Amino acid sequence: MPTNPLIACHDCDLVQHEVPLPLGGVATCARCGAVLYRSSRYGKSHTLALCITAAILLVIANIFPIIGIESQGNRHQSTLFGAVQTLWQEDMGLIAGLVFFTILLVPALELTLLIWLHVTSRITSGLAALALRLVVAMQPWRMVEVFMLGLLVSVVKLSHLAHIVPGVALWCFAALLPLFALLNTTFNPRELWAAMPLKQ
Amino acid sequence: MHPHSAAALGLYACHTCALVSQPHAADEIAHCPRCGSVLHRRKPESVSRTWALLITAYILIIPANVLPIMQTGSLFGSQRDTILSGVLYLWSSGSWALALLVFFASVIVPIAKLVALTYLLLSVQQQSPRNPQRRTKLYHLLKFIGRWSMLDIYVVTLLVALVQLQSLATIQAAPGAVAFGAVVVITMFASMTFDPRMIWDSTGGHGNGNNTQ
Repeated sequence: MPTNPLIACHDCDLVQHEVPLPLGGVATCARCGAVLYRSSRYGKSHTLALCITAAILLVIANIFPIIGIESQGNRHQSTLFGAVQTLWQEDMGLIAGLVFFTILLVPALELTLLIWLHVTSRITSGLAALALRLVVAMQPWRMVEVFMLGLLVSVVKLSHLAHIVPGVALWCFAALLPLFALLNTTFNPRELWAAMPLKQ
Repeated sequence: MHPHSAAALGLYACHTCALVSQPHAADEIAHCPRCGSVLHRRKPESVSRTWALLITAYILIIPANVLPIMQTGSLFGSQRDTILSGVLYLWSSGSWALALLVFFASVIVPIAKLVALTYLLLSVQQQSPRNPQRRTKLYHLLKFIGRWSMLDIYVVTLLVALVQLQSLATIQAAPGAVAFGAVVVITMFASMTFDPRMIWDSTGGHGNGNNTQ
């Protein structure tokens, strides 16, 4: 195989050569203008650092309550998993599953796989290719930022009803928001793909 | 089809890692030599699968908007909330910015997604050569905004989990929320099964001929 493999645009299927990019550069399709790949300004260590920070925050966000409400001396608070359980008990399995999958499972799995991909010495193995495929496939289903907005709407709705006590997890989710946004810009699957060998 | 598209050249382009590879004649199912994904020239049965998901979403969007998504029970009686009444509640309580946001994410986005995908499918089926670039942009836009519709699902989840105080009120999720969640997931799948390369297949070699850069 040549050193510069051919790639095809995912939008219009035009075959073109991969060209080296300056740091922070973006390669776009010659025909349809879609972004083909970027060259990350940051190295793999940045991505790893972001992943580890996000993973720690995600663990804390799942241990502590998100918000609590207080009314007439009664106090009720809920963790994310507690919220999923409540829905499950009310026969809303589909919604419980959806929340569990998009806010808990997908981010946790994605971060675990990304950390492993960035520290493993077996980047050329079939397992690494499988892990990276999973990460790419899961990306549209990670909805932490949408959840954060939902949290905001819920707080506003509840503030008319009762006194709100923000929990530790609330701040964690708030901190996860910019972390995932940064991760989206620094993580570059192409660099990992390029390290993987071609099977004949 | 453009003479230099991977399909026209008899090559496979990988959906996952974009590598172009030569098919092995012996294999019945081709796999990407780099990442191992199953290779197709175009996503299989893209048009009919996307239609099937789209029609399902068209049907489900009716109960999603008509049925209540949550039910509030309190000492003063019970109240059922649909998506729209939730928006009106936010509006009337003075949070008009959030009301607009929820209205956009929960009402406008799902409908806009259905209409846009219908338009894309029809244009591909009629092999329209017009504005391929704009149609591709539209496709990316609807892939990007689709997830924001999940907003109301999270609001329902949090309200149900928190408002369990007997002295105050109890909030339960109602069937409309299930239909709404299904619409969001199904339209996300519909935009994934749609293959944007079909937009360019009928433009021939003149992809840049009639649209602005």
